[in-house]
Amino acid sequence: MLDILNALTVIGNFVIIPGLAYGSQLALGALGVTLVYSVLRFSNFAHGEMMSFGAMLSVLVTFWLQGAGIGAGLLPTALIALPVSILGTVLLCLLIDRLVYRYYRQTRAPNVTYLIVSIGVMFTIGGLVRFIIGPSDRIFTDGSRFIIKARSFKEMTGLNEGLAIKMTQGVTLATAIVIVIAVFWFLNKTRTGKSMRAYSDNEDLALLSGINPERVVMITWIIAAALAAIAGTLYGLDKSFKPFTFLQLLLPIFAAAIVGGVGNPVGAIAGGFVIAFSELFVTFAYKKVLTYLLPESLAPESLMQLLSTEYKIALSFVILVIVLLIRPTGLFSGKTL
Amino acid sequence: MMEQYRTPLMFAMMAALLAIVGIFQSWNVALTIVNLCLISSIMTLGVNIQWGYAGLVNFGMMGFTALGGLAAVLIAMPPVPDAWAAGGSGVMAGLAIIVVTAIVSLLIWKKLKGSGVKRYWLTALSIIIGVVTMRLVADPSIAAIESVESARTGYLGGFGLPVTLSWIVGGFVAAGAAFVIGRISLGLRSDYLAIATLGISEIVIYVLKNEDWLARGVKNINGLPRPVPYEIELQETPWVSQLADMLGASVVDVSTIMVKLSYAGLFTVVLLIFLWLSEVALRSPWGRMMRAIRDNEVAANAMGKHVTARHLQVFILGSAMVGVAGAMLTTLDGQFTPASYQPLRFTFLIWVMVIVGGSGNNFGSVLGGFIVWFFWIESEPLGLWFISTITAGLDDGSVLKTQLIENAAHMRLMTMGIVLLVMLRFAPQGLLPEQKR
Repeated sequence: MLDILNALTVIGNFVIIPGLAYGSQLALGALGVTLVYSVLRFSNFAHGEMMSFGAMLSVLVTFWLQGAGIGAGLLPTALIALPVSILGTVLLCLLIDRLVYRYYRQTRAPNVTYLIVSIGVMFTIGGLVRFIIGPSDRIFTDGSRFIIKARSFKEMTGLNEGLAIKMTQGVTLATAIVIVIAVFWFLNKTRTGKSMRAYSDNEDLALLSGINPERVVMITWIIAAALAAIAGTLYGLDKSFKPFTFLQLLLPIFAAAIVGGVGNPVGAIAGGFVIAFSELFVTFAYKKVLTYLLPESLAPESLMQLLSTEYKIALSFVILVIVLLIRPTGLFSGKTL
Repeated sequence: MMEQYRTPLMFAMMAALLAIVGIFQSWNVALTIVNLCLISSIMTLGVNIQWGYAGLVNFGMMGFTALGGLAAVLIAMPPVPDAWAAGGSGVMAGLAIIVVTAIVSLLIWKKLKGSGVKRYWLTALSIIIGVVTMRLVADPSIAAIESVESARTGYLGGFGLPVTLSWIVGGFVAAGAAFVIGRISLGLRSDYLAIATLGISEIVIYVLKNEDWLARGVKNINGLPRPVPYEIELQETPWVSQLADMLGASVVDVSTIMVKLSYAGLFTVVLLIFLWLSEVALRSPWGRMMRAIRDNEVAANAMGKHVTARHLQVFILGSAMVGVAGAMLTTLDGQFTPASYQPLRFTFLIWVMVIVGGSGNNFGSVLGGFIVWFFWIESEPLGLWFISTITAGLDDGSVLKTQLIENAAHMRLMTMGIVLLVMLRFAPQGLLPEQKR
């Protein structure tokens, strides 16, 4: 019995908790991609850099707050900085929409044009971020490091294995839950949210019903930018902020959105967790778990890893490609925004 | 009247820009830029026949470049007999198992069409069995190979053939990969195709980074044999030192420039061949058919053109060109570093080149390759100069000034983005628009 609990603790510590945190970050990113896709009808390659921009603002404001001696106690100071970074990212996105995307909307440009335009936006924001903050690695976590330490967990339960929950992981999960509930409430209950759904469902019908398309687009950018800023900040808190990583994060986010079915918010969230957990479950070394569960004579010699850890991110690309090939509409197809 | 002079005029301007760098910076720098411009231009030709002729969005350029580079390693590096003895047979058996697994899984997938969920489970099962057997067979051999003098070799090595041969082989390797990738992903919509190819190219890079037995992974491979003489050899040749005396330059300078010029000569030959082939293809009935498919797939299909087969064909041709360019790049660098393959540099920048130059126009793509690469390199000194000029009024110690000067190098990303956006908005056809025929 104790063995089973120990085994579960190992899985919890190395797979479930990191998976929940990483999954929430991907889910928030994928939700933004999906919203832009369902209203503006293109895959936004600049979403990763939008996240990067939001995270950069959080870093800068956090440093300023730390300099001024303002903190959030046990929680990371970045949470206080978050509203500012959301505001900044929203303004940036609205500006870009005004200067760049609006023209293509008016000329009814084909999907591919948008795609290439978003590459241009990706370069521009990426350059802007590197220009402002530089390409180096920045750690901006502060406050208490752990919610539960591995050692105190061991003392509390008397198990051999520890379970550590980092503060950033707890904050990530809590924020993600709050944000997702807020977004769904907005989409399903408010008038604006309903008009957005109507617009994404059938553009012409929505126009006939008197929905103002420019307003719908604006609201979409505001939500997408806010989600990007939050996801970027949470990712930066959990790992560290480095402008370079956000282009790499773009593909897992696309993978999450596509696995769930592009244009489907529930799917985006489910997709985020599917990607995160499959990355962790496949690259997890099961040696310790099996040592607890199996009789001593059968204890494994090797690490019992399905794939080595280096392939972690590559796995999300594999899932992406497989889903695109077998079921391009995603696991939750049929339902849209 | 202006239109017919546009192409030569643009190329003359480009030559003038390079000459300015040659005179004011150094000819060495100018030739370094020229060599990479030539390679980039071959890549843009590859993108152009996919995007400009046929309208395919392939974001997998990075992967094909890396495969070309791998070909250069496998052709030119000497074999490592100890490694072959230690685990060559095991690795080959592993590769054979992968091929067998792929064929069996595909057969299962095809045979069970319409039989519901069973199809997914059985295919997955056959893949898992294949992977597990492969790892059981190959893992010990891989470990053995990697432990053979791991500081120096630790991989199987290549065939020890002349490196220029690898340019052809690189094209074939990339074409083979493009066949597989194209077969599985060309049915997808444009943006899904873009994402899928980007994902696949990342997978290729991950494999190259982690499979040390193949090309040493992140430990890199240095000292690839060169198709041109080494500088040291040239310096010891009497006529080179005479030439240096005559020009009044140092022997070292003359020898490095001569090496770069010989590379440039080789690359120009390859570029001209590809440019000629592309032009011939563009003007042929085949090119007309491609444009017809690009402009209206449904209509072309109704006229009896096999759209998917043509797409596959053009996908393979374009990727093969990129593979050749990748092999040339690795040859020029003399080293193979998988970690240096970034999508920003090897996929998106190439796309910027094609769009800026003019998609659908081969000369435009070549021009785009030259101009964009030129400014990609030169925007660093230019940006620094620009920033130092505008911040000249600020105090030397001010935080803002140091910050701006420190990060001036990153101006180039932003510049490229803005250039791309401005081109797309105001001149979507590029500097040299596609000719109406």
